[in-house]
Amino acid sequence: MLPYTKCVLPVILYKSTNVTERFILPAIQLRTFSKNQSATFGNEHYKQLTSIQKAVLAVGTGLSSFFDPTRAESIAVFGEVTAEPALRYIYEQMLSDPEGAEILREKPRINSKTVEIERLAQFSSDSFGRAYYDFLHSNNVTPDSRLPVRYIKDPELAYVMQRYREIHDLVHTVTGQPTNMLGEVVVKWIEGIQTGLPMCVTGGLFGATRLKPKQREKYIQTHLPWAIQVGKNSRPFLNIYYEKRWEDSVEQLRDYISPLLNKPPK
Amino acid sequence: MIRQRLLTLGSGNSSTNSLYSFRYFTSSSYLCDKATIGGSLGSESNRTHYSSEKETHFGYETVSEQEKAHKVKAVFENVAKTYDIMNDVMSIGIHRVWKDIFIQRLGPGNRTKLIDVAGGTEFSTNQRPENEVEAMQQAASESNPQPPKTYENTLTRSVLVCDINPKMLDVGKERSKTILTHCQRNRIDWMEGDAENLPTIPDNSFDAYTIAFGIRNCVHVDKVLEEAYRIIRPGGRFMCLEFSHVTNPAVKWAYDQYSFQMIPVMGQIIAGDWDSYQYLVESIRKFPNQEEFKSMIEQVGFRFTSYEDLSFGVATIHTGFKI
Repeated sequence: MLPYTKCVLPVILYKSTNVTERFILPAIQLRTFSKNQSATFGNEHYKQLTSIQKAVLAVGTGLSSFFDPTRAESIAVFGEVTAEPALRYIYEQMLSDPEGAEILREKPRINSKTVEIERLAQFSSDSFGRAYYDFLHSNNVTPDSRLPVRYIKDPELAYVMQRYREIHDLVHTVTGQPTNMLGEVVVKWIEGIQTGLPMCVTGGLFGATRLKPKQREKYIQTHLPWAIQVGKNSRPFLNIYYEKRWEDSVEQLRDYISPLLNKPPK
Repeated sequence: MIRQRLLTLGSGNSSTNSLYSFRYFTSSSYLCDKATIGGSLGSESNRTHYSSEKETHFGYETVSEQEKAHKVKAVFENVAKTYDIMNDVMSIGIHRVWKDIFIQRLGPGNRTKLIDVAGGTEFSTNQRPENEVEAMQQAASESNPQPPKTYENTLTRSVLVCDINPKMLDVGKERSKTILTHCQRNRIDWMEGDAENLPTIPDNSFDAYTIAFGIRNCVHVDKVLEEAYRIIRPGGRFMCLEFSHVTNPAVKWAYDQYSFQMIPVMGQIIAGDWDSYQYLVESIRKFPNQEEFKSMIEQVGFRFTSYEDLSFGVATIHTGFKI
């Protein structure tokens, strides 16, 4: 199938906040697309918010997430309401990377319908797919527990947010961090440095205040420096097309993202 | 003074109350055998029929009656645990004042047999027993220079709390354990039932029927009113506390802004549920206004109907007598 270049004279509205206008149209000028159109993200749960609602929601969910970190919907809403500027940055970053652009073109989803979890168990024991399967089972989590994005208008950015949420467990698997408080804080630091999402940054900063003394010791001595190094010197986790790498070995994948991942803190 | 007016709901001698006694839906009948009592939307022949074709409103959405019944059930299952906290936050505690005034208007006496429909977390009923101990002592000392009530007397039921949603009832029962004394709790009966269809309750059983912030969620408001008329005894009173329409334009604007901007947001923050609270504020707008509801009450047969606006019409008490 021969690729063709779409001739588009974009009207770039410099003041536009619409990502499609600011990034996709110029990108179409520079890139050649195959005949297949890029998939669209439904964003069917979208709910419009006024600025007052956004402000109150941001503050309110921020506080309720801090006081009760087990409330997943509260953290998710806080993430969405504060995410937009960071999401534009992430989107740009993804577009400029071939694998990231492929993800944006195909918009894969991760849930029990799209990923055959039982099949992953049959892969070799050092494969990434098998590691993910073990992670899901030992922590008793399922990829279906991710809430749909509701408060982001642009479907492209909404997809990026949804993708960020859905690969969270995969990031845990790749970094080898468990889902206890310390593990979550470490992952939040890595994600926060890479993406700049406020929920990750605040999660890392304020989440650390809830660590127990022993964990806090570990956090200060080894985990935090490691997390910062990984965050600064690794390929963005959002640019990895995990669904095509189930059979790769975990070590190779970690090395590809950042060699430090093969030397985790204890 | 007000507290002393809120008299006890203790029954007198059970022999005089045999006609109006609701002993046959005491613990054995409704706790053990849910199948005979109007329970949740089941398939039994004595259940209210919710059509899957006829349409009604669920907030601003148009749905079939069956869907509305299911959706309302889901809403209240989701909100049950945080219901009371949310009420306090949304109304800044004013709902307590409304319920207090509501009970004051009813003025239950020490022999009043009361059914509280959609009583759920049972806030209204809990209000009264708080004052009962004082009122009991007052009544005892004034009218009867006799020894305090015996254990047997305190066991007679005088309030039946009915709700279609078992989760709300569970929350109510938990709350009553902390708020009420053992004797007071004994005077409250609990029942799962659909306000539109209460087959186990005989005609003319109750002196007073109260429904606070519940009738708006029922699929057929007219059927609820008919059933209420049936189970109230002649001379009895129907009282309904419900959100209603605000006429003052300035207050209306502020109220609308607050309702649509803030309430679902607070629902998301505190209860983690935007949609249920969106439904709540929309359903208030869909409910008939004060005059329309008053005429609905009259159509069923109640007389001397009237209404009283509270807080500019944000809440309204409608009342009628079966005479």
